[in-house]
Amino acid sequence: MAHVMQYLYIISAGLFILSLRWMNHPASSRHGVWAGEIGMLLAIVGTFIGFPGMDGVGIAFVHNWTWIIAAFVIGIVVGVPIAYIMPMTAVPQRTALSHACGALAAALVGTAEFYQRQPHADTELRGFIMVALVIETLLGYLTFTGSLMAMGKLQEVLPQRPITYRNQNLVNFILFAIALGLAVRMAFVPTDTILFPIFAGLSLVFGVLLIIPIGGADMPTVIAILNSYAGLSACAMGFALNSRLLVVAGALDGSSGLILSIIMCKAMNRSFTNVLFGAFGQVQVSTGKAEQRAYRSASAEEAASVLEAASSVIIVPGYGLAVAQAQHKIRELYDSLTKRGVDVKFGIHPVAGRMPGHMNVLMAEADIPYDKLVEMDEINGEFPQCDVALVIGANDVTNPKARTDKSCPIFGMPILDVDKAHTVMVIKRSMNPGFAGIDNDLYYLDKTLMLFGDAKAFVSELVKELPARAAA
Amino acid sequence: MATDLELGLFVFMLATFIGLEVIRKVSPLLHTPLMSLTNAISAISVVGAILITGSAGATLLSKVLGFVAITAVVTNIVSGFLITDRMVKMFKKREVKK
Repeated sequence: MAHVMQYLYIISAGLFILSLRWMNHPASSRHGVWAGEIGMLLAIVGTFIGFPGMDGVGIAFVHNWTWIIAAFVIGIVVGVPIAYIMPMTAVPQRTALSHACGALAAALVGTAEFYQRQPHADTELRGFIMVALVIETLLGYLTFTGSLMAMGKLQEVLPQRPITYRNQNLVNFILFAIALGLAVRMAFVPTDTILFPIFAGLSLVFGVLLIIPIGGADMPTVIAILNSYAGLSACAMGFALNSRLLVVAGALDGSSGLILSIIMCKAMNRSFTNVLFGAFGQVQVSTGKAEQRAYRSASAEEAASVLEAASSVIIVPGYGLAVAQAQHKIRELYDSLTKRGVDVKFGIHPVAGRMPGHMNVLMAEADIPYDKLVEMDEINGEFPQCDVALVIGANDVTNPKARTDKSCPIFGMPILDVDKAHTVMVIKRSMNPGFAGIDNDLYYLDKTLMLFGDAKAFVSELVKELPARAAA
Repeated sequence: MATDLELGLFVFMLATFIGLEVIRKVSPLLHTPLMSLTNAISAISVVGAILITGSAGATLLSKVLGFVAITAVVTNIVSGFLITDRMVKMFKKREVKK
């Protein structure tokens, strides 16, 4: 039966690759999910039927069934409601939580292996197996606490502003160096069990310290990096257990996280190190107070008449939209404008929202066809011909300063060229600067109309104004 | 014969390159579902958790840690695949006539 297990594992690894391959287009993406599910099922079945026992192989040699079954039942009972009850605006939090769960599992399995193999340490905890175990637990524990911190920030239980103190990077570095030193020592002398709890504790603390100086707007990158770490710890588990399936699945997850974080970093024109150690958003707080500048504001009625006269509108959604849960109201606005023959598109910045692709999911939830959701590079050419750009809950990704002002912290970040549209309308709660504390020049342009109010409330007023005007 | 480590590294290298190539082609529209899908896939560590919990030599510590680990990853598998499916179902090309 051990051979059957190996063949099931091979099929499973193939299905995982297909699963990701089918995510290249929305039309095939459901097949991707099914392939992943079948792959996972085969892997679990394979593990049971090929279970390596003391004196044989197979399902009869699995011990502690009650523990295993109880864990499966609890996992399913907890997992199903999470999947169906979780609102789409809370997806970033759920993702952070699931990174934490996955990483915790890897760390705990590594810990259990370490202690269980102690009696045979001289044969079973030698060389690369011990190195793999140490990497697995280090990444596992730090990703666990790091993801919990990220989740806390996303859920706004913790402050979104970076928490910084003097010599922060030095403290982090020393802590990491000690953990690494312990890891090396254990790799050579695995019987030093006393070191393990200290090592695990340091990894846990390091995870917290790594994430607290990172601000809310950097979460897309951070989540992607944590995704990568969680995958790599599963991969290290594959080395420790000598399971190629775990290596493949972990490597796929690791490379996915890596690519997403590179995309996010590019979209902010920042490097990995800058995201992780730069404490963005802290430095600029004091410089945000500029002199009072003049701007124009408008009521919902005026805004509606501008929209009515337009023939093309580009809506730019941002995190504020998710906070206000305005996606369904925007759908009504979209319907109402489309019925009047207005061409409505959505310009999506890669880092809009709190995780990669966050805005696309919210718009899709509101039944907006995905061919209307346009990436930054494609939509930017359309702004000069566009009558109205309507910015809803987005700020820094529209700031023209990023193109021109070298002293500006976001200088060089690719932005949506909203300021090139004929008229710009911005729905915003107040003139307060956004997350990064940077004044947005867009708001002071002559062609910009500021629409003050909660995104959801204001959009529904717009929708109400539109049919009323048609009747008149 | 190659050692386990060498075979493992070989597989790791190939899988990483496949991963990078495949993921690069994923539509930016689907980055959020992609992340929850890869998350569910990396819950393959359930295999390791079953092996440690179910082994004949499992100590109490192994059983407890393994139990927590299985619970955590099964939660990830179930919620990960279901929520990904829920998300990708929402992406429609044309509007649904009501």
